[in-house]
Amino acid sequence: MADHAHAHDSAHGEGHDHDEHPVDNFWTKYVFSTDHKMIAKQFLITGMFMGLIGVFMSMLFRLQLAWPGESFPILETFLGKWAPDGVLDPNMYLALVTIHGTIMVFFVLTAGLSGTFSNLLIPLQIGARDMASGFLNMISYWLFFASSVVMLTSLFVETGPASGGWTVYPPLSALPQAMPGSGAGMTLWLVSMTLFVGGSLIGSLNYIVTVINLRTKGMTMTRLPLTIWAFLVTAILGVLSFPVLLSAALLLIFDRSMGTSFYLSDIMVAGELLSNQGGSPILYEHLFWFLGHPEVYIILLPALGITSEVIATNSRKPIFGYRAMIGSILAIAFLSFIVWGHHMFVTGMNPFLGSVFTFTTLLIAIPSAVKAFNYITTLWKGNIQFTPAMLFSIALVSTFVAGGLTGIILGDSALDINVHDTYFVVAHFHIVMGLSAIFGMFAGVYHWFPKMYGRMMNKTMGYLHFWISFVTAYGVFFPMHFTGLAGLPRRYYSSAEFPIFDELHDINVIITFFAIGGGIAQLIFIFNFFYSMWRGPKAPQNPWRSNTLEWTAPVEHMHGNWPGAIPEVQRWPYDYSKPGYDEDFVPQDVPIKEGEHAH
Amino acid sequence: MTGIITIVVLVLAVITALQLMRVFELSTKARKEVEYEVTDRDNNYQGWLMLLFGIAMIVSLFWMLYAWLPVTLPKPSSEHGVAIDSLFKISMWVIIAMFLLVQPVLFYFAWRYRGAKDRKAAYYEHNNRLEFIWTIVPAIILAVLIIFGMTTWSNVMSPKNEKEPIIVEVYAQQFKWIIRYAGEDNKLGYANVRLIKDANVVGVDTLDLLSADDKVTSEIHLPVGRPVLFRFRSQDVIHSAYMPHFRAQMNCVPGMTTQFQFTPSVTTADIRQDANVQAKVARINSLRTEKGLESYAYDYLLLCNKVCGSAHYNMQMNIVVESEEEYAKWLAEQKTIAETL
Repeated sequence: MADHAHAHDSAHGEGHDHDEHPVDNFWTKYVFSTDHKMIAKQFLITGMFMGLIGVFMSMLFRLQLAWPGESFPILETFLGKWAPDGVLDPNMYLALVTIHGTIMVFFVLTAGLSGTFSNLLIPLQIGARDMASGFLNMISYWLFFASSVVMLTSLFVETGPASGGWTVYPPLSALPQAMPGSGAGMTLWLVSMTLFVGGSLIGSLNYIVTVINLRTKGMTMTRLPLTIWAFLVTAILGVLSFPVLLSAALLLIFDRSMGTSFYLSDIMVAGELLSNQGGSPILYEHLFWFLGHPEVYIILLPALGITSEVIATNSRKPIFGYRAMIGSILAIAFLSFIVWGHHMFVTGMNPFLGSVFTFTTLLIAIPSAVKAFNYITTLWKGNIQFTPAMLFSIALVSTFVAGGLTGIILGDSALDINVHDTYFVVAHFHIVMGLSAIFGMFAGVYHWFPKMYGRMMNKTMGYLHFWISFVTAYGVFFPMHFTGLAGLPRRYYSSAEFPIFDELHDINVIITFFAIGGGIAQLIFIFNFFYSMWRGPKAPQNPWRSNTLEWTAPVEHMHGNWPGAIPEVQRWPYDYSKPGYDEDFVPQDVPIKEGEHAH
Repeated sequence: MTGIITIVVLVLAVITALQLMRVFELSTKARKEVEYEVTDRDNNYQGWLMLLFGIAMIVSLFWMLYAWLPVTLPKPSSEHGVAIDSLFKISMWVIIAMFLLVQPVLFYFAWRYRGAKDRKAAYYEHNNRLEFIWTIVPAIILAVLIIFGMTTWSNVMSPKNEKEPIIVEVYAQQFKWIIRYAGEDNKLGYANVRLIKDANVVGVDTLDLLSADDKVTSEIHLPVGRPVLFRFRSQDVIHSAYMPHFRAQMNCVPGMTTQFQFTPSVTTADIRQDANVQAKVARINSLRTEKGLESYAYDYLLLCNKVCGSAHYNMQMNIVVESEEEYAKWLAEQKTIAETL
């Protein structure tokens, strides 16, 4: 702890002497590191690993959805007794859907995205030697790691992993008699999520403290890159909402293991009458979605922050409407706390609340529209450099708009009655939250890979990865709007029991082909990532000719980030193509010239 | 054996990829290019691809609308469903208009302003007037949609009844539906899972006089043009009673009763005569004949739309909407609780 306090003291000082840092051995450098850059890489690799598992699961259940009841030997290879003769078991189908959702939402797009880029960029972009507490930062990663291990362990228990959907509504998730997945698998799910929330809270607190306290000289709040604004607000959302999930999970643990009745009342399951009385599953839904909705923005905001940075840099233009962008982040964050009921319009919640939540929900479209228009205006009259990161950022704007628009249907209680829990919802949230966030994450990896590994990723493979991903992503999720409007419920093991859905078979086959293609294309990325990590060309100091502070730090990583004094910030981060300068970028540490108009 | 072959193939694939990378690297070096730097040629290619993607996206949107709108649900068969569908159409027009406005501009800009060495970007930080416009215009459009939505919602959820609604209980359990009609008095007797015993499958309190004329059935029949107030209960986990043809849905929650009311407006016999429905049924039946499945006649459905366990995907019941006389006749044939218990 001492050297971090020291790092803080010297943040504004001169002549910092780095010899006093203890020499790292293998364990302190690669495993129990307290260096934010190494922790960021740990988050990224763990997140990527979990992401591969999550995507692979979706490919397995897409096989079943396109050809229900048909035999695929690959299913038996991977799932064993859960796919006898290659035919997926209905319980395992539900388990795959559940764990796919859990992994993608929490492990990839929360920890993998926020954990990686908040850790990497907060100290580097605000000009700090490290996080406020390197030790807590390390704990945050290891809690996440432990939670990942527990989640993966749950895949191997006798009764199968949790299978009640990623929202794990009780009583289904509370009663092992109701489905096999609610047994040991569910217990492990809850243990894993408890660890996850712990890690996430510690991480978020650290991010907030660091951004508030450790900014270098001159780094006022209105000179912060939009990435940092996004990470800060995300962390605040996390601190305010994750504890509610924790309490929801704890009450569920009590109901499952200690005979309490928070969520249970008047139940007879599998011929057995339970003694529980007085609880309500609706209480769980309220608690869950009080986290669950802000969670959507915990996922999305960092991606939007990354995109703001990447689009400005590669358009060689200032981000359009910097203050409006900050304002819209704050507005979205505020609104995200008062809209959770739109997930519950048809749960039997008081209809008056339905009106209230419709009102607040549709309001979110306003700041979202501002963001989309501002991105597009940033491109206008730009000098667009199509790096792979830039392509993914433009794709993000496209999916953010395409998916956001259908929110106008789902957020409207009267319309939600008929599309609630159908594939229309699946299409909506995968496009607006899943795709946008994963595209933002890819943009971040391609853009900051040189900062993380000191080497460059291969551009050609990046292009290939981008185009296959972009086309297949739309190919998977756009058609789902139509199956949803045909009334097909989500989480159905098979639609073959309903002749009325027979017509949807072709659409489901198309979706599955795109899903498999898109899934396999991710191997290009994985290959590129590890190949470039070891064999990629050495990165120059500032490969994208960017303004932000992280590119003033040396390519070789070191404790404390800068060898001498931390650069002093003189201007906002978006002086691209500023008149009066020969270069088309002016880094943040370049002093304002006499007579120059500062932002 | 298969395992070993798979591993060998994977190893060979990685080696091939590595060799290809070396060839690629050497050729880049020979051309004296820095691989990661974006050249004008890259910008040109990627810009055109962006434009192409934008066009393909719009074209495929229209293709999907043409090919797949027919597979979506046919016209609503309930009175409030008409209001919901018209709100849906208005919202959909707004959405499609916005989509067609924003997406082409995005991809057009990406192509139009693709980078080149001799280009210089404009320094354009903000424009308060522009930002004001695109805050206020969405706000106005949304205000209209919000008012429309809230009015529709309150009309649907608290309908004004000219006729007394028929009360029907929909009882959910893993993985089937049971129906209870309120009988002569149109009042449901008290019921609780704790009272379930033998033939008393929904736990009716036989001491409650209101329950004597209740009728437990395994079918739903509804008279056309009469409001029906559904009361939902669940025995075990959360289910959701989804009746898509009537634009109706409500969760069935253990420990409490939820409700939803609607007025069926088209009989089963009539909807089967609808041109769109007939075309749909013809398409479905031609698919079914190919697969050797029995032919299908169109029916209204009640299906479970909240994951409830392994057979969730097959928790269904047909709904028959018929004339008042047919309904009365059918109901008269059903036995009351007093007769069965």
